[in-house]
Amino acid sequence: MAFLNALPGAVAEGLIWGLMAIGVYISYKILDIADLSVDGSICTGGCVCAVMLANGSPVWLSVVAAFLAGVLAGILTGLLHSAFGIPAILAGILTQLILYSVNLSILGSKSLVAIDPRANNLLLHMSNNPRSIVSAGLIIIAVIILLWLFFYTEVGLTLKSTGDNPDMSRAQGINVKLNKVIGLAISNGIVALAGSLLAQYKGSANINDGRGAIVIGLAAIYIGLSVSTKIKPNFVVSLIGVIGGGIVYYIIYNFVVLLGLKTDYLKMLSAIIVALFLAVPYLKGEYFAKKQPIVITDSSAENSTGGDVNA
Amino acid sequence: MLKITNLQKTFNPGTVNAKTALSGLNLTLEDGDFVTVIGGNGAGKSTMLNAIAGVWKPDCGTIEIDGVDVTNMPEHKRAQFLGRVFQDPMKGTSPDMEIAENLSIAARRGTKRKLVWGIKKAEREQYKQLLATLELGLETRLSSKVGLLSGGQRQAVTLLMATLKRPKLLLLDEHTAALDPKTASKVLELTDKLVNENHLTTLMITHNMHDAIAHGNRLIMMHEGRIVVDVSGEEKKKLTISQLLGLFEKASGSEFTNDKVMLSK
Repeated sequence: MAFLNALPGAVAEGLIWGLMAIGVYISYKILDIADLSVDGSICTGGCVCAVMLANGSPVWLSVVAAFLAGVLAGILTGLLHSAFGIPAILAGILTQLILYSVNLSILGSKSLVAIDPRANNLLLHMSNNPRSIVSAGLIIIAVIILLWLFFYTEVGLTLKSTGDNPDMSRAQGINVKLNKVIGLAISNGIVALAGSLLAQYKGSANINDGRGAIVIGLAAIYIGLSVSTKIKPNFVVSLIGVIGGGIVYYIIYNFVVLLGLKTDYLKMLSAIIVALFLAVPYLKGEYFAKKQPIVITDSSAENSTGGDVNA
Repeated sequence: MLKITNLQKTFNPGTVNAKTALSGLNLTLEDGDFVTVIGGNGAGKSTMLNAIAGVWKPDCGTIEIDGVDVTNMPEHKRAQFLGRVFQDPMKGTSPDMEIAENLSIAARRGTKRKLVWGIKKAEREQYKQLLATLELGLETRLSSKVGLLSGGQRQAVTLLMATLKRPKLLLLDEHTAALDPKTASKVLELTDKLVNENHLTTLMITHNMHDAIAHGNRLIMMHEGRIVVDVSGEEKKKLTISQLLGLFEKASGSEFTNDKVMLSK
């Protein structure tokens, strides 16, 4: 019964994290970059939104501002990587660290800024889960439609090819560096948007929000794609799968909490989920690879270059 | 069409691994030249093609394509002049994207890409017809992911992509080396057809002496980062492999060594 009572909250929070995971999907799956700046930008989104609401801004403006702050964070990571040649992982870590200071200064050197749900007409709040689910759902639908339209434009297709095959992309006249910046900007913008929703839902922005967000995002992606690729491996179905992954993740999360797991271990739980989803396909491959006879083909004998064996 | 003047490139300069790949390379191609390139191990063939494509900047020298100095132009900007097919069939196409999407990206090489629909309806029809000319049955698989195709099919699609928007210069870097002999000859046949139909200026590296002689109107042989043999016209038509090896030994003062070439002779 307690589990059923917790379900609407799990769905609402799962939707928000699913939206965040869509942002991660763009960097991790489309651009093929593990962008760690999202841990910072989700918090930035929450901080911007909370502080603006506290200063009396309308809620829509605060949400848009949060999105734009995320876009800037993404551009920063993109430039560190593309313009200054810093490896993507490190560029993300640097931005994450920069954002910690930025977030503190946005919060006015406090560790927490509360949002008063009575003073603001919030889009969502934990006191009203049905409304939260509808609001988050509508925003997610809008985001998925916009992304679907964008990724089938001339520019959008080049973003896909940039992550899929940078050599081919350059040969076809695509500015791979610029595309990475654009992709990271969109990704972090969506993550910060999710951050602004999360802050509203929880009624506060905390400087420690978002720690480990990338792992939750990846968990949602792996859970979602494990199902959606079996249905139809296209873009929109993948995105819907990721949202579903976020919800499933939060249902598991709530379930485990109800079973009595100490909340101290929750982050570890997230990491274990991701590790399992990465390890299982790998171990499966290893196991089946051993059973196959060794076949020497012409092309494998001629191609000593490696890397192209997964034909 | 292409003018390379005194091109030099040393990799890892100042270290024990320093390797001079190009040492004062000069080459001029006329409009419509189909040049086959052959040479020993580490002669600088691929290095030359990469220099033209702009994969990195040369230490000195200039490269002009159709009168435009492209020496300092970044790779993606130079692409407007170039069609490229790589040795590795995996390198020329985007595996996780549909055949039609790959072609549509290639069709827009050198043009500003906008926020408009990525593939128009009429294009699909055009691609269908083009794919039908390959006779690989791809015309019914426009929406298939390229990653599902075989190496030969991918190389054929890459050739189409390289020529879909007519390039000023077509660069083929041993594009049949990774294919089985039957597929290789099919892809070469297609290459001849596309080059002739579109009257393309072409540089084709090959490790197969027969192919080097049988294709194109001009043959160059490279050694230690320079061109040491350059035959064209009637002389090239009559060329035999032993003559070619003789020419090479005379010009370079050393024996021809390329394991791949010797094995495929």
